[in-house]
Formats: sequence, structure tokens, C-alpha cells
Amino acid sequence: MRITAVDAAAREKGLYPGMTLADARARVRPLRILEADPDADAVLLEKIADWCDRFSPILTLDGSDGLLLDITGVAHLFGGETGLARDLKRRLHALGFATKIAIAGTALSAHALARYGKGGIVPPGAESEKAAELPVEALEAGGDVTRALRRAGLETLGMLAERPRKPLAARFGSAFTWRLAQILGEGDQPLSPRRPLPVFCAEQRFADPIGLFEDIEAALKTLAQDLCTGLEREDQGGRCFEASFFRADGTVRRIELLSGQPLREPATLLRLLLMRLDALADPVDPGFGFDMIRLAAVAGDSAPPAQALLDGSEADGQAVEDLVNRLAARFGVEAVQRFVPQDSHMPEYAAKAWPAISERAGSGSWYRGEADDPPLRPLFLFSPPQRIEALAEVPEGPPEHFFWRRVRHTVVRVEGPERIAPEWWKSYETRNTRDYFRIEDQTGQRFWVYRDGLYDRDPAPIHWYIHGIFA
Amino acid sequence: MDRTEHIHALRQVLTRLDPGQAGTTNRFAFGEAALDAQLGGGLARGAIHEVFAPATPAAPAAAGFVTGLVLRAAGAKGHVVWIRQRHAQDETGKLYPQGLAEMGLAPENLTLVLVKDITDVLRAALEAARCKALGAVVIEPWGRSKHLDMTATRRLSLAAGETGVTGFLFRVAAGPEPSAAATRWQVRGYPTRPLAAGAPGFPAFEATLLRHREGLAQTLWHLEWNRDALRFSARPETVETGFAPVPALSGAVAPLLLDGPAASHLGRAG
Repeated sequence: MRITAVDAAAREKGLYPGMTLADARARVRPLRILEADPDADAVLLEKIADWCDRFSPILTLDGSDGLLLDITGVAHLFGGETGLARDLKRRLHALGFATKIAIAGTALSAHALARYGKGGIVPPGAESEKAAELPVEALEAGGDVTRALRRAGLETLGMLAERPRKPLAARFGSAFTWRLAQILGEGDQPLSPRRPLPVFCAEQRFADPIGLFEDIEAALKTLAQDLCTGLEREDQGGRCFEASFFRADGTVRRIELLSGQPLREPATLLRLLLMRLDALADPVDPGFGFDMIRLAAVAGDSAPPAQALLDGSEADGQAVEDLVNRLAARFGVEAVQRFVPQDSHMPEYAAKAWPAISERAGSGSWYRGEADDPPLRPLFLFSPPQRIEALAEVPEGPPEHFFWRRVRHTVVRVEGPERIAPEWWKSYETRNTRDYFRIEDQTGQRFWVYRDGLYDRDPAPIHWYIHGIFA
Repeated sequence: MDRTEHIHALRQVLTRLDPGQAGTTNRFAFGEAALDAQLGGGLARGAIHEVFAPATPAAPAAAGFVTGLVLRAAGAKGHVVWIRQRHAQDETGKLYPQGLAEMGLAPENLTLVLVKDITDVLRAALEAARCKALGAVVIEPWGRSKHLDMTATRRLSLAAGETGVTGFLFRVAAGPEPSAAATRWQVRGYPTRPLAAGAPGFPAFEATLLRHREGLAQTLWHLEWNRDALRFSARPETVETGFAPVPALSGAVAPLLLDGPAASHLGRAG
């Protein structure tokens, strides 16, 4: 068994990761040992990353125990880079974490300084100077390369930096020199954020954490107002919103809200948010209070200023859309559906139910029936179809009676068969040809039943199913 | 005769006096003259009407009756919200838009809301009833519930009265309970008028008016839904002949089935 990580006190005693546990025990007694749990560590790191979202939305995980934040243009909000570093350190320390912070012009430079150097803040343009003292391990080029560099007498990045790059690239590959250049602050690669970046966001910090619902509501109102002003300025409307509640104890709760059409009406947004909060099965728990709330439009869409038509027809459509939004906010996006036709003659594929706020269009159109025909398709459809025990007088004919849900139905009227063949041109299609019958029983119940398969062609046994019920 | 006219006149005076009742002058008709005359011009818009399916097997027919009423109330263009409890789909199947289209209700005008329990049904219903732009709302809770009481239905009625949206409280697997609904119907399927070769005909319903706010007596109607004209009409009492299920193939003349609708209509002996 080996040690995977040590704390500062243990390091002082001369323990280091990679050491065998027996050695460590021999050296230091008593020794407090915890079994490594990488999964829990990963979860914890994700949580810390969520929490760090308060500083900058652009952030990625760095290895199993680091975070990279792009603080371009946000440091002034926290009193400059020094202030930000101090704030971050203080807060994380309060949560019980030891930290090493480096701020540099490029992500890799900061990474190398934090992991292989002393950390700290690098003034603009001073990356190469600071990085010069770092050992060649900071390149993370693997054991062989590092050994080769050391054998060549190259101990620090400074020594490497002085040498011409071309031969280095020829010897170790261009990725190696590119990495070196980044650590030296000569080139940069943007971070790919772990979460989608908001189009617009508004946030509010509280010196004293707030916990009362009225306070939260008031904060959300201000935020909705701010966010919508931003959206309006750009002629945009939000389609996906996210409210993040940063709790004083470090946990972050995010609530997502989808909208059917671009939205930038503060009152509507606030109402939808409150409904969403109200309908949560697991309500937002302020605990010791929230010290920050952020409201962001994660996805937006262009929305020109609305203009109502004179006859008010636009307003009606808008009112229905608003209702759909409200219902979706309360009961979930999946709960509110609309139907679109599909270009298929298979009854189960002829229609699809999409979330009403999606804009997906169907293919084909609805069959509305010929004049003087009764409805040929049932009002309710079972999926999957329900098996019945049916008895037909002649094999290819309609059933004479059948049992469904333990009730015997005698067929009084019947029309059929309407033969519906499977979509044989689709490779995954394995269904039989079906003969559908529209039937009515002795009590006036009307069913849509089918025989699954043809007696002379498909293998026995051939079964009967109820596919739907007519009004 | 004289008496009913008096009552009718008095009722009109009352409507004029009570502004709360003013909305009820706005009515939608069934399309069947005799029934509409009895109802004083049809059913009230901006009110809640209850439709009961006495048992699960009657639910699809009752749903068809509701669909018809929705179309009468909202017109072919009105937007409709249908609120169902999710597990109703296990019992009667999913609402099939192609079938709705063939009843005359354009599926693009329908928004389906599927929720977990009766309280959520009521919440959604209230939200929908408050939306002026809707033509009609179908509220389909499943079974009985203490939440579906006088208060809940009155709240719905008030919301509907304010916006003018007509609500249909479609109840399956439940018996009538006190409610603030304007009318209460019990509906089950009724044998259709057969078409050529014994095919099932237009949707037919046996609708009983159980309760009417304005005190109409219980009446039983046999109605038929005409999709082309979007109206109900009385189902003509045809001579009920049972059609054998396979006449087309056997070519034999169909005998009268003992189990047929004629037998059930006349009342079974024993």
C-alpha cells in the first residue's frame, strides 16, 4: 500500500506521495490514515468548481485536485488580482481546504507555477522570468523526457528557454515546445469551460447571507430586471435561464428554466422563476443563507421588439405561449406537450408528442377524414397494443368475440380489414403485416383491433391485439 | 306551458339583475334543436361542466362527448388545453391526435398537459382557466379525491367565469359529488347507427343530464357526433338489427343476434 496524498504537517515530517505505508508508519507515529477515495474526491472537486463559479464562469478542472479559472476582466470586482487571490484563499480556508494559488498570463503558466513553484501573482509579461526557476518536471513531458533533459544538464525551464526551439522541437516534438511557450507566457490556449457560458448574466452578492423568502424574491426581481435590460439592449430574448444560489457554506444550487419563445419580460421571467421554485420537489434550502445569487440566460435567441396586431390575434397566440411557459415551469418541460404529424402510415408513428416549448415541426399532415365517414382512427391509442383473446369465425375474418381485461365483448358491428403493412424499407422493421378492424361490441364500446400477421404467411401463433378505443 | 314561460321570463329578469350571472347569457349550443331548446340555448360559456364516465369502459365514449362539447364551445379554431393524469394513459391509452383530428379537433390547437396527481391537475386547470386566450380546458382527474370538492370546483368556476373560458371537468372512475359545476352529465357509449355492410357508424352517446344549475329535470339523450358539421344531433332510433360480424365473407343473411344492441336496448329478460 502506498501513500497517494499527504497534508502539510506530514510533508514537514518527510512523508511524500508514493511512499509505502509501512515506511511512513516506521517514520512517523502516530499516523492518521484515510483510505483514498478518488470518486469522492472528484465529486468534491466538482462541488468546489461549482462554488468557484462565483468568481468566473469560465473554469475547468485541472487534474484531480486543481481548478483553472479565467479571470480576465473579473478581477476588479474582487479588488484586483491580489484581492481576488486573498478572497479565494480565505473562503476556501474557511471551508477547510489548503490552497496554493497562482495567477499568471496563461493557463499553463499558472498551472506550472502553482504545482511546481511557489504560486503567487505574476505581473503581466513576467511569466518567463518567474517560470525560469521552475524545474523541468513542470513541463509534464513524462519520465523519459525529463530524465533526458536532466542528463543533458537542463535543470530549469530558464535553461531550456535560452536554447533555440527548433532543435528542441525536433528532439521532443512540437507539443513540447508549445507547452514550454505557454508556460513562459509566449502563447496561450483558451480554457474550454466545463459549463455552457451564459449569454447574459446578472448577479447580486450579499454581505450578510440572505435566507428569507421575501429577500430572495426581492433579489430575483432585481436580477430579472437587470438581465432583461441587458437582453433588450441586444435585441435578444432568453430561451434557457439558470438561477444559481450560492450558499454561504459553499454548496451551489442551480435551477434551470426553459422558455418556449425568446423571453425578456422581467415580470414574466420573475413569475416563471417563482413558479419553478415553488414546484420543486426538493426545494431550494437556504441553510445559513445565500451570499450570492446569479441569474443567467444560458441560451438566447434574437427577439425583435414585439408589436401587437390590431385585431389582437397576436396577443392570443402570445397568451397561449405564456400559459405553456408557466405550465412547463411548474410541471416540467416534458409534461406540457403538443402534437406534430409524422409522415408514416404506421398508426403508432403517425404522430409524435413533443414538449410544447420546442419548435420542432412535424412532417406530413393530419388526415382529417372524408366527408360522411365516421372516424377511422381511435381517440385513444395503446402503446404498446394490448393482447386480447379473440375468436374469429374464419381465419382471415374479424373476431366474433374477444376477451379484454377479463370481460367478454361480443362483436356486433365491424368494418375491415384495413391492411397495414410494416415499413419494410426500414432495416430495423421486424413487424408483421396487420389487419385492422373497426368493431363495436354489444354495449356500444368501439375498438380498433388487429390481427398481427397473416395465417398463410407468418409463423404461428398469430395473436390479436387492441390498438385503440374509439369515442 | 304557461308556467314554464313564466319561469323563463323570471329567469331572464334575474340574469339582468344579477351581474354575476351575466356571463351565462353567453352560451354554446349542442346543435340539436330539441336539446338546445330544453337547455335554454345551450350550455354556459365561462363555466365548468362536469362529464362523468360511470365506469372505465365508458371513458373513451365520454371523452368523445367532451371533445364534441369542446369543439362546440371553442369552435374549430380555438385553442384547447387538455389536462390528464399520467396514469390515465395506462387505463384508456394515450390521447391519439389522429383520432382527435378525425373527431374534428385540429391537433395543432391542442396542448396536452400530463401531471402526476389530482392536486397537480387542479393547479394546472386553474392556471389554464385564467388564460383568456383559450377556447376550452379539459380537466381529467382520475378517480375520487378529497381535493376535488366544492371549494376547488368553485375556484375553477370563478376563474372560468372571469375569463370566459369553458372548462370541462371530465371524471372517470368517480361518482358525482357536490360541486360548483353548472351542469353535470353522465355519458356512456351508445350503439351507433350502422353504415353499409354493418360498419360502425358515427360516434353515438347516451348522455344523461344529471344536474342543471337552473333546475332542469334529469333527461336522457341519445346523441350522435357529426364531425363534418361539428355538431351533435339526436341519434335517430333505427330498427336495431344485430349485424353478424362476418356477413361480407360468409355472404349469409345476418340473423338477429341475441346479444346485439337490440336486445340490450330493450332490456334483457331475466
